[in-house]
Amino acid sequence: MWALLVLIGAATVSAHLQDLAFNGQKVFRVIPQNDEQVEIISSLASSIQVDFWQPDSVTLVRPKMQVDFRVEADKCFEVEELLKESGLEYRVLIDNLQAALDAQFDSQARTTTHSYEKYNNWETIAAWIADTAEKNPDLVSQSVIGETYEGRPMYLLKVGKSGPNKKAIFIDCGFHAREWISPAFCQWFVKEAVETYGKDTVMTTLLNSLDFYVLPVVNIDGYVYTWTNNRMWRKTRSKNANSYCIGTDPNRNFNAGWCTLGASKNPCDATYCGSAPESEKETKALADFIRGHLSTIKAYLTFHSYSQMLLFPYSYTYKLPSNYKELNSIAHVAASKLASLYHTKYTYGPGAATIYPAAGGSDDWAFDEGIKYCFTFELRDTGRYGFVLPESQIKPTCEETLLAVKYIANYVLEHLY
Amino acid sequence: DISDVGRKYHLDLVLEDVLDKDRTLNCSAEVLYHLGNTNIAPDVQFTLEGELKNSDEADTRFYNWIKSLENELVAENIPDSHGNVSPEMEPIWLLGWVASGYVIWQNSTEDTKFQLAQIKRVKQVKRSDDSLEFDYMILLHEMVSQ
Repeated sequence: MWALLVLIGAATVSAHLQDLAFNGQKVFRVIPQNDEQVEIISSLASSIQVDFWQPDSVTLVRPKMQVDFRVEADKCFEVEELLKESGLEYRVLIDNLQAALDAQFDSQARTTTHSYEKYNNWETIAAWIADTAEKNPDLVSQSVIGETYEGRPMYLLKVGKSGPNKKAIFIDCGFHAREWISPAFCQWFVKEAVETYGKDTVMTTLLNSLDFYVLPVVNIDGYVYTWTNNRMWRKTRSKNANSYCIGTDPNRNFNAGWCTLGASKNPCDATYCGSAPESEKETKALADFIRGHLSTIKAYLTFHSYSQMLLFPYSYTYKLPSNYKELNSIAHVAASKLASLYHTKYTYGPGAATIYPAAGGSDDWAFDEGIKYCFTFELRDTGRYGFVLPESQIKPTCEETLLAVKYIANYVLEHLY
Repeated sequence: DISDVGRKYHLDLVLEDVLDKDRTLNCSAEVLYHLGNTNIAPDVQFTLEGELKNSDEADTRFYNWIKSLENELVAENIPDSHGNVSPEMEPIWLLGWVASGYVIWQNSTEDTKFQLAQIKRVKQVKRSDDSLEFDYMILLHEMVSQ
């Protein structure tokens, strides 16, 4: 009979998807330090056909100059190997030219409609934020809590019926760029709030008695990057001193046992803790806001994916928080509320033992600031799709998660402090 | 712990058929992580209480489909950014998933948890015999180091 042979290997592949002329092509940026390195670039250019973006031609290359050039998909691997071997300073400016082009095209089509059951790009989310606030003035107001590294405004929605002396719950999504289901949940939450206020007793009571601060995307720069360049990006997009590697893990960047365990001091790593706590504009903005509203914020919920877990402090130590029993029983009930809809199993417990020890998390930081009820959700799934959770699962994921969130919010309301 | 050898785990687990959620199989296993040299894959012994479902029919359909293609199959990003896998690409995905299990096993230690994140590129390799050959570039997600 016939047999199937499978080879796994790093391969240079040119993809022949129809009409995608630039698919798989990369743009490299190289900075030659001396004449010798200039010569390396010249010989590279003569042996492999590369398209210089700057300078216009290889003959204009000089030491210390930024040299950008485009490489065909099937030559990318070879070129990258050559650059590594040569010791030349380089980075990949554009990881997939086709994707970057498509994204430009997409953003020019400003009428990309928002959908709660699809993944929305940042522009669409930003428009939705403004639109939601505008259409629901007595329930939703919009503000800006800061700017991202790349200069994007960080929008915050305050959801709740105006009233005096209201306590609040802070909810954020999109810490990690590739966890797309997370921002989708924040959008869903807001939708449910405005659509069921006055119709659902629990939601109505919650919104009358509490305010919900919802930060739909914390790491906007990273999120945009997952749409334009690299779907698997995690960190922020800030430059690191003395390294070509970009980005800090925002959830290792808080002042909670900062960088002591489960985080890396290497800027090239996915769990890089940053140069200092709150080194990132995004985490600083979030922390500043919470510090500025500490007397009113009574719970902190942060959404990630994937693993299907409900976590509470601590992650920076195996020590248990003072109200461990209470947090554990809240998590237990919340997880069962979640499972009641589609039988989605969640594990729960303190971060360090349940998922892994990791210092610098926003939940631990918020807890140590005095917010007694801090939870991190790791949403669907458990790895089959992982970060690329199908859009068909957005609705069920959000529906079940909302049950848990409503339960927690209600508990907090009944145990205000 | 086994002195000078490594650490052995006894596991009782339930396997679930990816293609049929209601189909489960009890399994017991022993996994030995070797001391020191983490370049050696862990030893794995396992026993299944029952048999794996036969996939000859699906295999044959897949084989015939690939053979019928005019040009060698080339594909990217399975699943795509939005989690979509076209019906034709399902077997390519499953195949890559199984094969990535081998790579994961070879690279696993007590401190790693790998998942296949995405098939970045797959290219069929032309062969002169009747076998099918595919060259995959896969992305593995490691949970602890992220």
